[in-house]
Amino acid sequence: MIGRLIDGVPARGLILLGLLMVAALVAPLFASDYILTVLILIFYFAYIGQAWNIMMGFAGQLSLGHALYVGLGAYTAASLYVHFGIGPWLGLLVAVPIAVAAGAFIGFLAFRFRVGGVYFAILTIAVAEFARVGFDHLSWTAGSSGLFLPVKQYATNDLWSLRGRPVMFYYLLLAATALAFVGCRALLKSRMGYFWLAIREDEEAARSAGIDTFRYKMIAVMISAGMTSFAGVVYAFYYNNLFPEQVFHISRSIEMILAPIVGGIGTLFGPVLGAFLLTGMAETLTGTLAALGVDIPGAKQVFYGICLLAVIVALPDGVWPWVARRLGLTERNK
Amino acid sequence: MPLEIYLNVAIGGVLTGLVYGLMALGLSVIFGVVRVVNFAHGEMMTIAMYIAVTLFSAFHLDPLVMLVPIAAVLFVFGYALQKALINPFITRPEHSQFLLLVAVAIIMVNVLLILFGPDAQNVQTSYSYDSFQIGPVIVDATKAYAGLAAIVVAVMLFAFFQYTHIGTAIRACADSYTGALVVGLDVKHLYALTFGLGAACVGAAGVMLVLIVDVTPPLGPAYTLLAFVIVITGGLGSMPGALIGGVLIGLTEAMAGLLFTPSAKSMFAFGILVLVLLFRPQGIMGKRSAS
Repeated sequence: MIGRLIDGVPARGLILLGLLMVAALVAPLFASDYILTVLILIFYFAYIGQAWNIMMGFAGQLSLGHALYVGLGAYTAASLYVHFGIGPWLGLLVAVPIAVAAGAFIGFLAFRFRVGGVYFAILTIAVAEFARVGFDHLSWTAGSSGLFLPVKQYATNDLWSLRGRPVMFYYLLLAATALAFVGCRALLKSRMGYFWLAIREDEEAARSAGIDTFRYKMIAVMISAGMTSFAGVVYAFYYNNLFPEQVFHISRSIEMILAPIVGGIGTLFGPVLGAFLLTGMAETLTGTLAALGVDIPGAKQVFYGICLLAVIVALPDGVWPWVARRLGLTERNK
Repeated sequence: MPLEIYLNVAIGGVLTGLVYGLMALGLSVIFGVVRVVNFAHGEMMTIAMYIAVTLFSAFHLDPLVMLVPIAAVLFVFGYALQKALINPFITRPEHSQFLLLVAVAIIMVNVLLILFGPDAQNVQTSYSYDSFQIGPVIVDATKAYAGLAAIVVAVMLFAFFQYTHIGTAIRACADSYTGALVVGLDVKHLYALTFGLGAACVGAAGVMLVLIVDVTPPLGPAYTLLAFVIVITGGLGSMPGALIGGVLIGLTEAMAGLLFTPSAKSMFAFGILVLVLLFRPQGIMGKRSAS
């Protein structure tokens, strides 16, 4: 199993990956509170980017509504906690099936009629927006006035109920990102992974070759949705407040997909690199603007847009394939 | 509630829907010819809306008078956008084009936010509160003018595509990219023209919409989505479909606002989209394609 996972990866790639993991593990010892919150954001986006990448990067299905799965995960776990005192890990057992069902619903609606490409993307936005307006009017989750989790100062970290200091969330998201990375590598090297790539490259040809494209596209959406909803649960217990207007908004969905696009769609390290680059740059920009005493709402987003534009025009495959070539990390058997 | 209220709201919805239809028509024309989904469509409309609001507050120029000049500005903008950014992308994969326009849209929304701030702005014309009484039915003057103007612009566009040489050439590009190249058409120029026309449509729609709704920067993405919903409901690539879809969505939103709550009205538009995808995925006026 492990042999298959690392098969074809150059030794220095593994060494670099190991060094990076060690650096990430010891980072909280040196990082200030501010840097730690930035790192938490980075791994949050890296994890979601990895989940989104399964749909887009592997199976070629563009989702622009991943905020739906984050929101469903966050709202399910938070509501169970607020109303019944059910902890996040048990809540996860409910949240994941709900998100998977939502993904299956969208997939079924689209793939049954071979609604593909852009139409599919629009459908994903539409369902996320439907949920946003719906949750605005759902009184059980406090509607548009927002759902709040009880907060107090925590001296200890309680991983079981996800009540604790930021460093706990850092390690949780780091672990999730690492697991997702390894899991995606395993998926990509599995039989199904090759089916996905075949569908992404040429769906008609894949069908002619006997691949049940409907089935494998559905599986991709469901895995991606389920994985993403975990990030939602963490989001709810990290921020302790949820507003439909923020959680389900289309700009959240777009924010989530920037990291894997900038990093490199379909690559395993792309989402991680993209999250580092984008979050790092955005925070630097916010810091610089604040230091200069400039307070312009929207300036950060304009910068994001220009970055995205530059990457799409100049490096259509993303930053990671370019970096990988520079480092000599391209897989041998490719 | 008396019947007249339903009727009044329904007519208001249909008239607003015609403006929606014109907006969606722009999207449909661009997609039908260039095969690029304009993800910055609503954002282009908000640009036109802000131009109209600014001209009105600075020089008291009536939006309906400025309809043609503003549409012309948007035409030039659309032409330039296609020439400079989108033409190099027409052979790239679908998602790549899509993301290019998402980036353009993000920049547009936030530049508008920086320039005009987050507060809602509107236009108060001398006829803002006028209305026509036809029997028991009361129609807002602004909505009536806007709806009429939408019909006029749409008819002009139909005529352009049907009866002019350039219109015929553009339809040829839409039918076959390679064929158009073979007979020596300047496809890139025609694509830019088409994108310009689509932008002019949405610009005209924006100028009329400014009479009906207040404008804020986040309105852009919301209307982009609405335009997609309308176009898919009506049938992609069908020009009458876009108008019919617009009227249907306008009517649905108005009735939902009356019977439920106005803030939930967009849920019903998305509900219609899901129903259409379930039972008639090619749209109301669309033809079922082979694939």
